[in-house]
Amino acid sequence: MSSNGHPKTLFEKIWNQHVVVNEPGNPAVIYIDLHLIHEVTSPQAFTGLREKGLKVRRPDKTIATMDHGIPTTPPDIPIEDVMVIRQISQLEKNCAEFGIPLYGLNSPNRGIVHVIGPENGLTQPGMTIVCGDSHTSTHGAFGTLAFGIGTSEVEHVLATQTLLQVKPKTFAVRVDGTLAPGVSAKDIILNLISRIGIGGGTGHVFEYMGSAIRGLSMEERMTICNMSIEGGARAGMVAPDDTTFEYIAGRKHAPKGADWDAAVAEWRQLPTDDGAVFDKEIVINANELEPMITYGTNPGMGMKISDAIPDPATVKDVSERQTLDKALKYMDLQPGQPLLGHKVDVVFLGSCTNSRISDLRLAAGLLKGRKVAGNVRMMVVPGSQQVKQQAEAEGLDQIFKAAGAEWREAGCSMCIAMNGDQLAPGQYAVSTSNRNFEGRQGKGGRTFLASPLTAAATAITGQITDVRTLLG
Amino acid sequence: MEKFTTLSATMVAIPTENIDTDQIIPARFLKVTDKAGLGDNLFFDWRYNADGSPKADFVLNTEQGKKAKILVGGDNFGCGSSREHAPWAIMGYGFKAVISTSFADIFRNNSLKLGLLPIVVDKDTHLQLMSLIEEEPDTQVTIDLEAQTLQLPDGRKVSFPIDNFSKTCILNGVDQLGYLQSHAAAVESFEARHPARVNTLAAG
Repeated sequence: MSSNGHPKTLFEKIWNQHVVVNEPGNPAVIYIDLHLIHEVTSPQAFTGLREKGLKVRRPDKTIATMDHGIPTTPPDIPIEDVMVIRQISQLEKNCAEFGIPLYGLNSPNRGIVHVIGPENGLTQPGMTIVCGDSHTSTHGAFGTLAFGIGTSEVEHVLATQTLLQVKPKTFAVRVDGTLAPGVSAKDIILNLISRIGIGGGTGHVFEYMGSAIRGLSMEERMTICNMSIEGGARAGMVAPDDTTFEYIAGRKHAPKGADWDAAVAEWRQLPTDDGAVFDKEIVINANELEPMITYGTNPGMGMKISDAIPDPATVKDVSERQTLDKALKYMDLQPGQPLLGHKVDVVFLGSCTNSRISDLRLAAGLLKGRKVAGNVRMMVVPGSQQVKQQAEAEGLDQIFKAAGAEWREAGCSMCIAMNGDQLAPGQYAVSTSNRNFEGRQGKGGRTFLASPLTAAATAITGQITDVRTLLG
Repeated sequence: MEKFTTLSATMVAIPTENIDTDQIIPARFLKVTDKAGLGDNLFFDWRYNADGSPKADFVLNTEQGKKAKILVGGDNFGCGSSREHAPWAIMGYGFKAVISTSFADIFRNNSLKLGLLPIVVDKDTHLQLMSLIEEEPDTQVTIDLEAQTLQLPDGRKVSFPIDNFSKTCILNGVDQLGYLQSHAAAVESFEARHPARVNTLAAG
């Protein structure tokens, strides 16, 4: 319980611990414990600092990496895109000039910004973490208040280590029960978004709770928190518990010795108090969940993999009907038809949603002794160089390669399609990433979002497949 | 930031719901290190043909689009990524305000910091604006930020919400960074009492 006052949520506790100034009528000034930056959303912020003659206030609380634009081809192949080269060298120059540590191109610690924070132990419970990237919500899996910001805000944090924030509302997402075989964390979050819609969490911070969430590993919790933004919430959180502490223990930046004990004692105070009130709540029964897949052009357009594609004619609201109609036209899909059996051209296993070692293990487990179908290009892109090394130590790369999949270098890759990894117009992909917006994975490309298991099953058969039919 | 007090201007509509920032400015245009030229790529994939020629019927390619200062979008405008390139591109094209029934959080935050006014109206007003744009495209509406009103041609004034802080900054053309800098002493005392442990980069 909290030491004073009314029962508080996890979010309120962290918020209260980070309010620097809260003048009536103004947004609160919030202190930021860790600022992650990358090559795409930071250059203009550094330009702003230079124009104003400002320094980075706490370079020791700032860490940079490069992930969005860098190729996933072998490192001995030179980068061709001059604009990517310019962004990379700009980040190197900015970090050198302002004294910011950088996990650069050749660093063994480089990777997707939301993969490397946790794996190096930088992400810890009770912190505030921001980054110029909306999937910063990933770090909330540790009981951290973490959210994406724009470049003006990146400049604000660089200059002052603080941000102006209107206090968001709270939204409890309770998931009770047990996941059936073949159903995973990705299916929980796709189910939530399909229910509340992509604007359902606007203005709120999710707290994921319940027995199903407690039963998840840290990597699975990260998958769920990652896509909080796809439900409209800027942040999503899971209260820290023994699973959290076990994950952090021994990592590079984890507290050691007596500091560890003190840290854990504090972290144990963070979970939401009994009787704390949320502004909104939804309950999901994990027992009833099935593998999920999206059929449309936003992550809320999702369904059970065995369902039929919805018919716009049955949608009452005019603009909703038009939105669905437009989406199905773009996807070239027929209402009322199943997605199961639909041929795909590409399977992408990667992104800050699903590129961690457990994701790769799941997919490799299914692909072992099997082949990727002849009509499919399967790309496997580990989330970081550390994930890549770990996978290679376990022989997962050999399984992927033997199956006919591409084993690539770490990066954001085809999730955002800035680095040359992209769909051709009209191609269909099953992707473990987070966004199926028009053109997201390449102009004219068509994306079905699903779990790593569904992706692997689809790669094997060459058509959208219920993984449960392949489980022994 | 430019001051914004009042604006009388024509509008154009892109009525689609859930317009995401990948549509506003596709990711391949984020490889820039400045803000120049983004307006030319605003809504690129909806605006240009495969050969790069402009689609004549897309609103941003019309004379009506070029003179409009207000963009009316569908519900949940600006969802998706945090890229500030989205409001940069909208402003680069020449818009000063966007009207919708709701905005995604990060897009709204980014816009307010730049002085691009995100105006939320109710569904009925939104419908009225849509039909106005269709039937009388040269009609102007007037935004009065001080009064927080949008005045329609029939004289009706519709109130819109905005937090007082952002409003004051935009009315005066003042960057929000100055306010944060004014609290430097409070930040220092906060740091003095904030546990050193949370500086995780320093450990290990």
